[in-house]
Amino acid sequence: MGPLLTVNDLHVEFKTYAGIVEAVRGVSFELQTGEVMAIVGESGCGKSVTAQSILRIIPEPPGKITGGSILFDDEEILSISERKMRSIRGKKISMIFQDPMTSLNPVLSVQTQLTETLCRHTGMNKHEATRRALELLDLVGIPAPETRLRQYPHELSGGLRQRVMIAMALSCDPRLLIADEPTTALDVTIQAQILELIKEIKDRLQMSLILITHDLGVVAGLADRVMVMYAGQVFEMGTVDEILKKPLHPYTWGLLRSLPRLDMTKGQKLIPIWGQPPDLLQRFTGCSFLPRCDYAMNICVREIPEAFGLHRVRCWLEHPQAPQIERKTGGTLK
Amino acid sequence: MLGYLIRRIFSALFAILIVITVTFIFMHAIPGGPFQSEKAIPPAIKANIEARYKLDQPLHIQYVDYLSHVVRGDLGPSFKYRGQTVNGIIAERFPVSMQLGLMTFAIAIIAGVGAGIIAALYQGRIPDYVTMFFSTIGISVPSFILGTLLMYFLAFKWGLLPAAMWGTPQHVIMPAMALAGLPTAFIARLTRSSMLDVLNQDYMRTALAKGLPRWRIIWVHAVKNAIIPVITYSGPLLAAILTGSFIVENIFAIPGLGKHFVTSIYNRDYTVILGLTIFYSILLIGLNMFVDFAYTLVDPRIKLTGGKE
Repeated sequence: MGPLLTVNDLHVEFKTYAGIVEAVRGVSFELQTGEVMAIVGESGCGKSVTAQSILRIIPEPPGKITGGSILFDDEEILSISERKMRSIRGKKISMIFQDPMTSLNPVLSVQTQLTETLCRHTGMNKHEATRRALELLDLVGIPAPETRLRQYPHELSGGLRQRVMIAMALSCDPRLLIADEPTTALDVTIQAQILELIKEIKDRLQMSLILITHDLGVVAGLADRVMVMYAGQVFEMGTVDEILKKPLHPYTWGLLRSLPRLDMTKGQKLIPIWGQPPDLLQRFTGCSFLPRCDYAMNICVREIPEAFGLHRVRCWLEHPQAPQIERKTGGTLK
Repeated sequence: MLGYLIRRIFSALFAILIVITVTFIFMHAIPGGPFQSEKAIPPAIKANIEARYKLDQPLHIQYVDYLSHVVRGDLGPSFKYRGQTVNGIIAERFPVSMQLGLMTFAIAIIAGVGAGIIAALYQGRIPDYVTMFFSTIGISVPSFILGTLLMYFLAFKWGLLPAAMWGTPQHVIMPAMALAGLPTAFIARLTRSSMLDVLNQDYMRTALAKGLPRWRIIWVHAVKNAIIPVITYSGPLLAAILTGSFIVENIFAIPGLGKHFVTSIYNRDYTVILGLTIFYSILLIGLNMFVDFAYTLVDPRIKLTGGKE
């Protein structure tokens, strides 16, 4: 059986007053059934845009998917009709968004928002959908589901709202769940609960998961594979052990080095990645990380390599003729 | 809820009392009186008339006297139109203005909200420019010009509708269109901007990601949020158009209430001035209360419980 999702050379652009922003520049990856892939990277590196392209919910205009292919379940997402796409959204692929405070409609009850997806995709009537909604609220660990069902988003806490979002996303047993920074807007204690919930449900329902985050702790706990993105490109991809313990790209080293660690001595400072991510209005001939890279070589100015090896690293340091250097990852994440 | 209602009614009564008092003072501050005319009336007769309407009494006595009638629901006799009472004038004329007003309101809401939604959905494209072009015209062109133009084309040139007067349902259409121009344009702009605001909210993306059909995303998820400013505006709007329009009623020779708002002041017809002002205030306050209740139906975040609870 082939992979559930194959994204190949995806390009997404946004038209702005300043010019065309190339948000995603040739992203390719595969996702197997039941697999969890994390996409990490700084803000604005194209993580969310990549995810939203899979559901084709990029606001158009100004956005536009300008090239590539997205095969889901052997079907080309980018060429099917909008009508067909609507029957995939929320049913086969669903999405959880970052901010549960603003992602639920304030004037519709939890019941309405949960059952409308069910009625739309499963052909249930209102009564059946309500019963299923109760089960779903129970599944995501919401106490007193009957009461919660009648309430409106403003009557729920952030954690509860995110649970409702998750219940909504799971309602039609999707084959792929995309979680776009599902814990960023929550309290730390709630974050752990929500992650635990996602993990548990993923195992129980045998679905694939794309997890977008910039929290490497979340990655370590949940992901099978990690894709590191920078300036709309994939810089490195590998299993969670490879990326966290033996990263190969200087950008990934930087990401890991900038994390606080339990075994750090008092007064030891975090090492940031200096500088800013590049302006995506630019076109790059060489490597987009060049201005921030401690290991830049002459060739990096001229071009960026295709991915090296199974680990798929886009860095000249992996070239057989590259100088051997000491990796400064600041240890490994436990 | 009941406590809230009682408090609202009390504050409404207080507001109406202030309106009466201020109107009463201003009205008597204008020089002249109801029985002054260019033709000199013999002083004896004038004194007689004034005594008959108690205008010879000191103002505070007149004020108290008037209030005691108002409390009993009697707005007094008209000074100008002999044999008519203010209650009678309102009872006779308000149904006409109300019919016209409701028609106007329906046009303004349906066309305004519809145009606003279309403009927002096609933001920056031709339908947006077309609706915004016409809404700019609607806001700038006064009702008497719109009324006259409608009359010229619809009645005179094409003979589709009766040019003026009142009686059949066809008579309502043209003046209602003339009156609806401005509120329609205003509502269209209001709806467009609030709709644009809503369309950019995160929950719209959620609705899209759920695979809902387009009509449901727009009519259930967006419009229910975007309609709130329109509800706010519709309270005072309805009060204003229900009480008639002097200009449009004049152009189309409609026996509505609007005419009396203006002529009663020329005539110094004290009781009519006060009576109509009270009537308008009650409508305005009542409709604003209604709007507050309507909010709770649309937006669950709004609860009606007074300030200090």
